[in-house]
Amino acid sequence: MSGAATGETAGVEWRLAAPLGLTYLAFFAAPLLILLVMSFSVDDNLGGFSLAAWAKFWGDPFYRGVVWDTLRLGLVTVAMTTLFAYPIALLFIASGPGLQRLLLFIVLLPLLTSVVIRTFAWIAILSREGVLNQALLALGLTTAPLNLLQTELGLVIALMQIEMPLMLLPLITVMRQIDPSLSDASRALGGSKWRTFRKVILPLSLPGWIAGATLVFASATTAFISQTVIGGARLVYLPTLIWQQAMVVYNWPFAAVASVTLLVAVLAGVSLFAMLGRFARTA
Amino acid sequence: MSLQAPAIPPDIQSQPLTLDAISHSYGDALAVNEVTLEVRAGELIALLGPSGCGKSTLLRIVAGFINQTSGRVVIADRVVDALPPNRREVGIVFQSYALFPHMTVAENIAYGLEARGESKTTCRERVKEMLATVRMEGFADRKPRQLSGGQQQRVALARALAVRPRILLLDEPFAALDKNLRLDMQIEIKRLQRQFGLTAILVTHDQDEAMSIADRIAVMSKGRIEQLGSPVEIYDQPETLFVNDFIGSSNRFAGVIESAGEGAYSVRLASGALWQVTSRKPFAPGDRVVATIRPEQLVLTDEATAGSIPVTLKLSLPIGGELIHDVETRSGEAFKVAAGRRPGEPASPMAATHCALAPHARPILFPQPAA
Repeated sequence: MSGAATGETAGVEWRLAAPLGLTYLAFFAAPLLILLVMSFSVDDNLGGFSLAAWAKFWGDPFYRGVVWDTLRLGLVTVAMTTLFAYPIALLFIASGPGLQRLLLFIVLLPLLTSVVIRTFAWIAILSREGVLNQALLALGLTTAPLNLLQTELGLVIALMQIEMPLMLLPLITVMRQIDPSLSDASRALGGSKWRTFRKVILPLSLPGWIAGATLVFASATTAFISQTVIGGARLVYLPTLIWQQAMVVYNWPFAAVASVTLLVAVLAGVSLFAMLGRFARTA
Repeated sequence: MSLQAPAIPPDIQSQPLTLDAISHSYGDALAVNEVTLEVRAGELIALLGPSGCGKSTLLRIVAGFINQTSGRVVIADRVVDALPPNRREVGIVFQSYALFPHMTVAENIAYGLEARGESKTTCRERVKEMLATVRMEGFADRKPRQLSGGQQQRVALARALAVRPRILLLDEPFAALDKNLRLDMQIEIKRLQRQFGLTAILVTHDQDEAMSIADRIAVMSKGRIEQLGSPVEIYDQPETLFVNDFIGSSNRFAGVIESAGEGAYSVRLASGALWQVTSRKPFAPGDRVVATIRPEQLVLTDEATAGSIPVTLKLSLPIGGELIHDVETRSGEAFKVAAGRRPGEPASPMAATHCALAPHARPILFPQPAA
């Protein structure tokens, strides 16, 4: 491969990427820059320079708590989706083509419904008079209806169903590529089913899990509709806070600080998973 | 000296393996049909057959990956049907080698030992010993993707043998190897199987593999064993037309029994030639038969002799030290004649007009299959 040839190719590639690149520059990078400038402004006309909004945000334990709650929501949702996704993925790769199609359809179902409808459906299920509480009461598993709406548990349950395809699709894709005779080899060498999963399937499926975890984390921490509708007024996460500050209080510099914080927090989480990915590859 | 093979480890004892009337069906499809096979301690048996003949299913049943519909698997007088794969003490070498890609060579070899709860020292010593056995010292810290196909197979063998299995199963182990490497690995596997005194089953669709390393060959077709015998028996005395056609290359001639007596028959071929054939199978005069003959048991001549067939020579192919002649009878039956080629001999040496049986030739008779 000669240097001239690569230079030429690189030039062609750059021009092909130009339309999207320019679009991103105008409608993504530029607004982001405005947002950053806004967070250091005195008012919503981008006038003056002030650290007041940043000081107010990070000086108040309530807002620091909101940041922590948002990150924790992302991590707990990732953990819960992982816990449920692995058994489904294992069932999927062990199934015949017919059952695989059915499972894939069930997995994709949440993606085929609008977020708003899905979220309201979860209200019908989780509310005090909802399906879940009625079932628990009828089975005698609880004497008083559980309060699931406006709790982190209820929100995580709803998010888990909504985000499940994002975890399962990459996980299944990677696990399907694992040579089935690797499991057979492990079993024949004396490995129990659990050992085979822990030592062979799990490490080899990590790239898929990391992709899924990244998507679920980014999606759960920014799930404005689910967070507001199910979390209600009692649970405040960064997206809700941004909306309140920008659209109700009209404190745009403060909303900008919360926005930049959310962006950095999500990026931090995503790079954490990416780092795990590099570690898993070299290990 | 590192090349010197270590002596047989003292804790190894050959174990016989018996398949007792094993049948298996997938839904309605019968994959294995009442197969009974006794593998003697320390013997290597090849299950040879075309794809879909049930040989791989049989191997997976022995390993415990599939529970057979009926029949028993007995290893050393113990019925193992209730045991899961991880408790059968069966070593397997897979076609894809199935080395764990995220582990080093040493970790791969130690996997089975760790699963059995062996101590770190035992693992380390056994790994070293196995690497020496397969002549792969110095590769302990490599990952499988850094190895060639032959090296991967050596590691797969070392991994399977490290746990001292009672039975070794080889699932098409040479299919992914280059032709030149194949013979080396066949010798290597045979050497290790002897050295470890292992009872082994080789599953293959390649007759050369089966011929070269198996003590006995079980030719399978449609879920049944068609014939069980030594490689020479299978080649020289095939019991069915299927075995005859599947093993080696062979010519078929239609004919009719003219006279019969004491296992010796006169067969009138369609071309008019009369062959004297011995057979243990009973035939009566007038029976329609198929006479088969290996290409190397025929000779081309330029004059008519007793039992010769008038032919036209269509084509001669020099294949290494052999000449394969493609000839045709007057009635248009095509068949092959093989002959050794002298150095310097051209591909088309003569204008042959007749084809006759070689002096040592032994044609085989089969009843004419129902059309």
